[in-house]
Amino acid sequence: MTTFPKTQIPQSQPTAQPANAADEAAVLDVHDVTVAYHRRPVLWDVDLTIAEPGLIGIVGPNGAGKSTLIKAILGLVPLASGRVRVFGQPVDSQRRRIGYVPQRESVDWDFPVSVLDVVLMGTYGRLGWFRRPGRRERDWALECLRQVGLADLARQQIGQLSGGQQQRTFLARALAQQADLYFMDEPMAGVDAATEHVIFALLGELRRQGKTVMVVHHDLRTVPEYFEQVVLLNMRLVASGPTEQVFTRENLQKAYGGRLDILDAAADAVAARERSR
Amino acid sequence: MIAYNTAVVLAGASLLGASTGLVGGFAVLRRRALLGDALAHAALPGVCLAFLVLDRRNLPAMLLGALVTGILGVSLLVGMRRATRVKEDAAIGIVLSVFFGAGLALSRIIQNRASGGSRAGLDSYIFGSAATMRLAELGLIAAVAAVCLAIVFVLYKEFKLVAFDMGFARVQGWPAGRLDLLLMGLIAVTVVIGLPAVGAVLVAAMLILPATAARFWTERLGKLLVISAVLGAATAAAGTLISAQFDGLPTGPTIVLVGAAAFLFSALFALRRGAVARVLAHLRFKRRLQDQRLLRAIFEAVEADLPERPVVTAAELAARAELSPAALHRAAAAGWLSAERGGYRLSEAGLARAASVMRGYRLWRLFLHEYADQHGAFGELDVEAVDERLPADLVATLEERLAAEGTLPHAAGPFARTSR
Repeated sequence: MTTFPKTQIPQSQPTAQPANAADEAAVLDVHDVTVAYHRRPVLWDVDLTIAEPGLIGIVGPNGAGKSTLIKAILGLVPLASGRVRVFGQPVDSQRRRIGYVPQRESVDWDFPVSVLDVVLMGTYGRLGWFRRPGRRERDWALECLRQVGLADLARQQIGQLSGGQQQRTFLARALAQQADLYFMDEPMAGVDAATEHVIFALLGELRRQGKTVMVVHHDLRTVPEYFEQVVLLNMRLVASGPTEQVFTRENLQKAYGGRLDILDAAADAVAARERSR
Repeated sequence: MIAYNTAVVLAGASLLGASTGLVGGFAVLRRRALLGDALAHAALPGVCLAFLVLDRRNLPAMLLGALVTGILGVSLLVGMRRATRVKEDAAIGIVLSVFFGAGLALSRIIQNRASGGSRAGLDSYIFGSAATMRLAELGLIAAVAAVCLAIVFVLYKEFKLVAFDMGFARVQGWPAGRLDLLLMGLIAVTVVIGLPAVGAVLVAAMLILPATAARFWTERLGKLLVISAVLGAATAAAGTLISAQFDGLPTGPTIVLVGAAAFLFSALFALRRGAVARVLAHLRFKRRLQDQRLLRAIFEAVEADLPERPVVTAAELAARAELSPAALHRAAAAGWLSAERGGYRLSEAGLARAASVMRGYRLWRLFLHEYADQHGAFGELDVEAVDERLPADLVATLEERLAAEGTLPHAAGPFARTSR
């Protein structure tokens, strides 16, 4: 295992050139999206454009519709209105370029598959119908497992993993997709610090490769440290843009209401970030 | 030699068992087992209606009727869950009992009619009667089994993905809903084809029992499906043979009882997941902990005198740890220590292991103290597996800390005083 907290975590480099600069269209364009469950709206008229590749945190209180936004973009929940475009195209035509890390609780971890089997699922999209993963896919999946520090556990049944290891398995599966745009639903919820560092290091690596990663994130204190852009959500879009412009006391107050304890923690984080520059 | 009739029945039952076992594997993993039960019960009115319309027995028509009302029942169930807030179990209960009730009423009407009478053989659709199986039915079962096998083989990768993570499958662009529907269709067809032989009441058990039993023997989906199909075939064949031996013993219940025996055996005696294996593993684990506790206690008692290994009195040991006489016996039998007058003396081998246990224990303790939030990353904490669980550079750092304090266990005595 190569990862341990004392290792240096690579910082993201907002100035780096995107790898596929040929894409002139916005990475993501969400236009006037409303989502409702049982006729109760959970997202109202969300307009959101991500013009450039980067690391983007989706932040907001419980029930703000953070996961729903991701699921709406990915077509996992029906839109009551609005449309979504990815790289200037409808989502369905761009699925090869999209990677996904669902919430850990969304699957049955007693399912009879090995860690490697799960990571191999990331290659299924490229394989297409009927073709089974072969030597090449196996090697690639193992490489992805190596990147999250789980290569030794490839043969284990997934039920034997700790929570952090499960999360890393999902991350490796997303890496195996070789996407350009990643969506991660609370990847850092309830994981140990070692896993959080692995994830953070990976985000930096993906950033360097010119990818875009949108992460639903719950820990306000680490937002300025991890993300260069923030989408602040509370059933409607409160603000989105560069972290230093969006992640302000005023905006947070709008998103979270009067929960001052949270605001103070966030303010401390921003202040700490400012000092470290 | 087996009679021709018996051969037909046996082949039919085995093929039926194989296909229910195969699709049952997916049904159980997708938590669709009860849906299969609802479908089987909802098929009964279809059988009766087909008979009423044609006014005679006709196997394909009755099975088609069964499929139609079965699917209608499941669609109603799914619709009820989506459109209202009725929960899944309640929806299953409603569909199952209402459709089955309608089927029973219809079958009674048919049986009371002068023309129809008991010749309709509707009882076999309720309770099953494999003994009356004809070649035509065998052919149908064989065809369904072949289709199921072919589809599962060709779409194995796709089914695996959809069964494990529907959301991910959809994000990757698979028509996950339609694949799931196809899987459900396979379940429906196998259940319906099994109706005449096993009956609406029990056919779902043939989906559930082999698959649940197979899960105890493997951690891989492919193997699970193979084991489940083989087990389904074997229990169906055995059940059929047994019921043929005893006059009036119905086939369906016998197959289910044989399947239940296979399940019970698996649940108890499966190599790793079975109850007995789990209890034994837990006992071994407890013993190992006690052994380690004993070695730690005796090591601590003699640590200051190392490399001398003085006798430690029983009272001294008891003061350090709660030890069972059995643990002492085991340690003596293994040659780690010997009982001497006034107490126990560590052997050379015992000292080596005790030092290793003590080292692992102190490393873990220091690790947990220094990195309290990290333990989740490293799975189980086993004091004798510390070098496998923690990265080497971290172990080296922790060892240096222990050595500096003079508490790094070493068979030759406190490490720090000699080496630093």
